[in-house]
Amino acid sequence: MQWGSASEFFAMGGYGLYVWTSFIATALCMGWEVLALWRRRAAARAEQRAGLLGDTDETTA
Amino acid sequence: MNHSSMWEAVSGIVKRDLLLAMRRRSDAAMSVFFLVIVASLFPLGVGPEPAVLRTIGPGVLWVAALLACLLSLSRVFTADYVDGALEQMVLVPQPLAVLVAGKVFAHWLISGLPVVLLSPLLGLQFGLDGEPLGVLALSLLLGTPTLSMIGAIGAALVLGVRGSGLLVALLVLPLYVPVLIFGAGAVTGSMAGVGGEANLSLLGASLVLSLFLAPWATAAAIRIALE
Amino acid sequence: MNWSKYSAPQAFYPLAGRLIPWFAIVAVALMGVGLYMGFFVAPTDFQQGESYRIIFVHVPAAWMSMFLYVVMAIWAGVGMGLNARLSFMMAQAIAPTGAMFTFLALLTGAMWGKPTWGAWWVWDARLTSELILLFQYAGVMLLRTSIDDMRRADRSSAVFALVGVVNVPIIYFSVQWWNTLHQGASVSMSTGSKMAATMLMAMLIMTVAFWLYSIAVVLARVRCIVVERDSLPVWDEKPAVSQEVAEVR
Repeated sequence: MQWGSASEFFAMGGYGLYVWTSFIATALCMGWEVLALWRRRAAARAEQRAGLLGDTDETTA
Repeated sequence: MNHSSMWEAVSGIVKRDLLLAMRRRSDAAMSVFFLVIVASLFPLGVGPEPAVLRTIGPGVLWVAALLACLLSLSRVFTADYVDGALEQMVLVPQPLAVLVAGKVFAHWLISGLPVVLLSPLLGLQFGLDGEPLGVLALSLLLGTPTLSMIGAIGAALVLGVRGSGLLVALLVLPLYVPVLIFGAGAVTGSMAGVGGEANLSLLGASLVLSLFLAPWATAAAIRIALE
Repeated sequence: MNWSKYSAPQAFYPLAGRLIPWFAIVAVALMGVGLYMGFFVAPTDFQQGESYRIIFVHVPAAWMSMFLYVVMAIWAGVGMGLNARLSFMMAQAIAPTGAMFTFLALLTGAMWGKPTWGAWWVWDARLTSELILLFQYAGVMLLRTSIDDMRRADRSSAVFALVGVVNVPIIYFSVQWWNTLHQGASVSMSTGSKMAATMLMAMLIMTVAFWLYSIAVVLARVRCIVVERDSLPVWDEKPAVSQEVAEVR
């Protein structure tokens, strides 16, 4: 451990804004991607089930 | 492969396209007028101070030439696509890539070469003189065919697609950036006294690269569009 | 083992489904290790102080942005060569993740550049070509959404991806060819690295973690694409669905 205290850790030697923005942005992007994929998967499977059960709006099979 | 028949086919295409352009002279004139107008907008917008104009001149002229080329791309293949001549070109025994190179060359003669020839005049408007003017013309002579070659790939990819005007710009402009940097850099280098040779050789290399590679990509894109 | 049977989307779908959890778990574990090393083991840099720690996300993101583009182009080429739907689907699945990493590389690069060089952005060779890479990803995705016919969309997107692959070596070698602001390579294969060993280790671990994350995410996305394109046959791996279908029939 090289950080004297938690506040030193968050300050990052004065560069806290830059360092934490970078890491938080990365985490947010990755998290958003995973979430979006989860929702996309649910939507795709719902569409597929609706198509198989015959209750979509399409008139042809 | 019968080389004389290939040469005949290519020169036939070039002659045909030039003849069609002669019948509709507006195409060549449009690129030139566009260049003049855009180049004139900047002194009007930025102010007539000579030092400023000399600084922005190379970049402005190069961007104007680039945009003129971009706007002319809609005319490379569209007419032939619409009336079926493009399908005929796919069916002949000569390789499509070679025919495409011929078409793009004709297109450059009509839309690009006038830009090159007019550029020294416009350069004077921006306070360029002497060696930088020559470097400007030479950089455009090397650069505009490259832009036409690369642009043809984009034009072929979006044939018949809705919203293709904006789409082709978004596809092609990122690919244009290196040519723009080398071209404008050659002129500014000449103005700064370090000479434009380095950037001009990079432009030459880009031209050779695009001449060898772009027609194949364009031919592939045309085949995809015609399926 | 007969791998070629997995070239059919319906065979690849369950295989991908089994692989995703493994890649995801190891990715998360490695990220934990890498972040721990990066923040608590790697020392303070002599010149840059604590701001250098951004490299633990910036460099992996930049490497992924280039690597994923090349992989996407390879799948595009395989699709064009073999006329294989699944290859085009893989290329389609990679593009958004690659674009995300390119964006992150640019963003974290700006975050690092501001304290280090005093500027959020400079138009040097590497930054400019990385920005062009972002536009190329956008072009690949735009071509796909603008063209209604699936086959034409696949192939046009593939041609454009292949044309743009020229940019990747430019990004990589730009710091050698042009002597500009962005620092030269401090990690090279032959001469060993100039970075402290712990910094290098943490950075490499994060890179591998990002790579495994990318694999997991791309596999998950290609599964969605397979379903969306109706490339899955009636019998899904979940018996519940086929039960309902049987009842309706």
